[in-house]
Amino acid sequence: MAFYVVQFLTGLASAASLFLVASGLSIIFGVTRIVNFAHGAFYMIGAYIAFTLTERLSGAFGFWGSIVLAAIAVALIGVLVEMVLLRRIYHAPELFQLLATFGLTLMVEDLVVLIWGPDDLVGRRAPGFRGAIDFFGQNIPSYDLFLIGLSPVVLGILWLLFQRTRWGVLVRAATQDRDMVAALGVNQKWLFTSVFAVGVFLAALGGALQIPRDAVHHAMDLRIIVEVFVVVVIGGLGSIVGAFVAAVLVSELNAFGILIFPKISIILVFLVMAVVLIVRPWGLFGKPEAPARKTPGLTVNPWRPLTSNERLAALAALVIAATLPLFAGNYLLTVGSEIAIFVIFAVSLHFLMSVGGLASFGHAAYFGLGAYGVAFLAKMAGLPMIVCLLLGPLLGCMGAAVFGFFAVQLSGVYFAMLTLAFAQIVWSIAFQWVSVTGGDNGILGVWPEKWAASPSNFYWLALGVAALVTVALRAMVFSPFGYALRATRDSLLRTEAIGINAKRIQWTAFVIAGTTAGIGGALFAYLKGSVFPDNLGISLSVDALVMVLLGGVETVSGAVIGAIVYKALNIWLVSQTDLSKLVLGGFIMLIVVVFPKGIVGMLEMLAQRRKKASPPGSPLLAKPIESAE
Amino acid sequence: MSIASPLLAVEGLTKSYGGIHAVRGVSFSLRAGEILALIGPNGAGKSTCFDMLNGQNKPDTGQVRLLGDDITARKPREVWRLGVGRTFQITATFATMTVRENVQVALISHEKQLFNLFGSAPNFDRGEAGRLLELVGMSGYADRPCGELAYGDLKRLELAVALANQPKLLLMDEPTAGMAPRERVDLMRLTAQIAREKSIGVLFTEHDMDVVFEHADRIIVLNRGTLIAEGTPAEVRGNPQVQAVYLGEGLVYDARHREGASA
Repeated sequence: MAFYVVQFLTGLASAASLFLVASGLSIIFGVTRIVNFAHGAFYMIGAYIAFTLTERLSGAFGFWGSIVLAAIAVALIGVLVEMVLLRRIYHAPELFQLLATFGLTLMVEDLVVLIWGPDDLVGRRAPGFRGAIDFFGQNIPSYDLFLIGLSPVVLGILWLLFQRTRWGVLVRAATQDRDMVAALGVNQKWLFTSVFAVGVFLAALGGALQIPRDAVHHAMDLRIIVEVFVVVVIGGLGSIVGAFVAAVLVSELNAFGILIFPKISIILVFLVMAVVLIVRPWGLFGKPEAPARKTPGLTVNPWRPLTSNERLAALAALVIAATLPLFAGNYLLTVGSEIAIFVIFAVSLHFLMSVGGLASFGHAAYFGLGAYGVAFLAKMAGLPMIVCLLLGPLLGCMGAAVFGFFAVQLSGVYFAMLTLAFAQIVWSIAFQWVSVTGGDNGILGVWPEKWAASPSNFYWLALGVAALVTVALRAMVFSPFGYALRATRDSLLRTEAIGINAKRIQWTAFVIAGTTAGIGGALFAYLKGSVFPDNLGISLSVDALVMVLLGGVETVSGAVIGAIVYKALNIWLVSQTDLSKLVLGGFIMLIVVVFPKGIVGMLEMLAQRRKKASPPGSPLLAKPIESAE
Repeated sequence: MSIASPLLAVEGLTKSYGGIHAVRGVSFSLRAGEILALIGPNGAGKSTCFDMLNGQNKPDTGQVRLLGDDITARKPREVWRLGVGRTFQITATFATMTVRENVQVALISHEKQLFNLFGSAPNFDRGEAGRLLELVGMSGYADRPCGELAYGDLKRLELAVALANQPKLLLMDEPTAGMAPRERVDLMRLTAQIAREKSIGVLFTEHDMDVVFEHADRIIVLNRGTLIAEGTPAEVRGNPQVQAVYLGEGLVYDARHREGASA
């Protein structure tokens, strides 16, 4: 019994940081409508700076002062970020906001390694809370008890801040109706900046308070952000009480999940999240939001199928690509195969996010599931390659069918967070379930059979499949289903009013996209000869988003171009620098801020401009798609 | 079509939000081919009432019957499949798609081809789409993206979309709001003509009294959630209770509202 009590208390202690970070995220979202992906990065910087300060400043005062100082310092960094980056993208589609803040996260990951080195740093114990308390033979660290006491105190302070101060009243008002607050003459700029600072302060404080419990390392940002996303999805974005309750819930589920499913404890959290989403899609304490936001995939030029000339041109490009083995060496052919595979991956995401308006932040899950599917079939069942290639993607299909069912219940940022959380769950299973997946060591020796083993043959195989997939998905864009899918993207209200079950359409699109990604993953497993958890990691998901964005999210064929350019750049970049994340992160922010239409989008715009002396302008960007009462 | 049951029969519809009774015990009926106007000052409960007719909103109590069948608990998409088309007060169209594509989506849904993955949508029922656009006078705009259209044209497009499943009943929430006076007359004349030809019942809400009195066969008047009058335009015009709620305050407020809607 005592053991369970201790387990419970450990859970409560873990909830403290989670609550701090999640409440910060919620407050920022409430006012600015930005889901700050970089929140995990601020949490991490908070921990690093606190580590450095506590090493320098001695004594109890030094320690606690360092914690607070670190949080303040990070909050100031947050102010800078808000003024330089976020102010430029408040009116951009939410996909862009998520991506820009993710780009920031990538940069921070490389920067902390640059400053603090790649090793785990073990911080000092907190003065006054060094020991442990004996509880019927079980030890409870006294610092845990301190953290348990801290969360309700922070909750209380936040409550007072929001209920009793002028600033708090403004924040609550802005959460309900930003435009009204602006119309009443409140300086929005500084309100937003101050809210962002407070949110970041909370995140950094959460990070700083972790140092007596956990080592500081450069991957803690992604770990916490995924948990925080789960917390806010369960608790409801924008609700501080929701963040508190959900943080406790998730931490306890983690604490006890380990006892029930020692290997895959995260399953329990997932199950609870699934139930909450079915019963209350906007979280326990959240409010349903009118879907008035702009979705990605908006285009002023209506989409049309290729003309016969354009078809010929595409065919010619394919033929030229097919001649590569005639003059290129093995390395180049391998690169070519990889690019072809990423074209498959990118067009599958494009189908979901440009055609369907559903920006998945966890698309790599289905790519990776396809790869693992192949690995299982080839290594365990010993099936021939062609069978593996055909059946492997079915694992991606099944994953997409299960997760997609829940994901399409939501839209916008909720959809993005949920898909990310799902992908992370799949990743944890691949990582933790060592007996089946090999864990971190992956599954090795998935080599292609003789007929496909030579680089040129494999290249042709990959190129052929990529061409087939691209053509098939493109045909679907202009099929009755494709029209219906675009319709759900443009106006849910209208689709429902003309007899369309939008969720079913979106779910189908999710499964199609997941299966297609699985095909890419299946080929990828054979290309690399191995499968690792990284094949379904967050960074791969973001790669896909960037490819689509770079090509042009508003175009039909941008994903292909985006994949080719991005993958080629990426492979080259990794060979040139150790700081690829720093460069990539900067690159992402650059695209989002100055180049949001992407390559193909820009070309189309130029062509349009040449054709018409007076372009009709862009009424769409200024007009909300749907505003129903 | 059954002779016994009217096209639409509404009985005792009630809805409250918290302590506010938005709609209280509203009952009325509508025959096929009849044009019925639902009017009332702002806040009278018109939109709430309207939304409960096609499942957009669920009443607390009361019943909506279509040709005798209870459709109260149905979802909007199911109600549409039973032959009820609807247009919205603030238009809802597919902004990135062309005018023709908007109509084609409705036709695809009507013909249950939504999950057809490899057919050609650009050629889907082009003829029928063209006829519908012709009917509402939008043929010239077929290839324009609908995000570029003027508001009045969007309203006409919505009418074409609503007609795509050959409805028995059309629900039109302020069909002429935001339109120029000339357009209003044209649209309502068109609607009336279609309704008579195809024997479609039309229920519409409207703020413009000229439109209402010219085109409605019958008028029902809501005030504070209750039905206060019902009858032919002449009867309603002469009703002292209606004059009391409508003259003065109500009209001033109306004019302001319209400005806001067209902005």
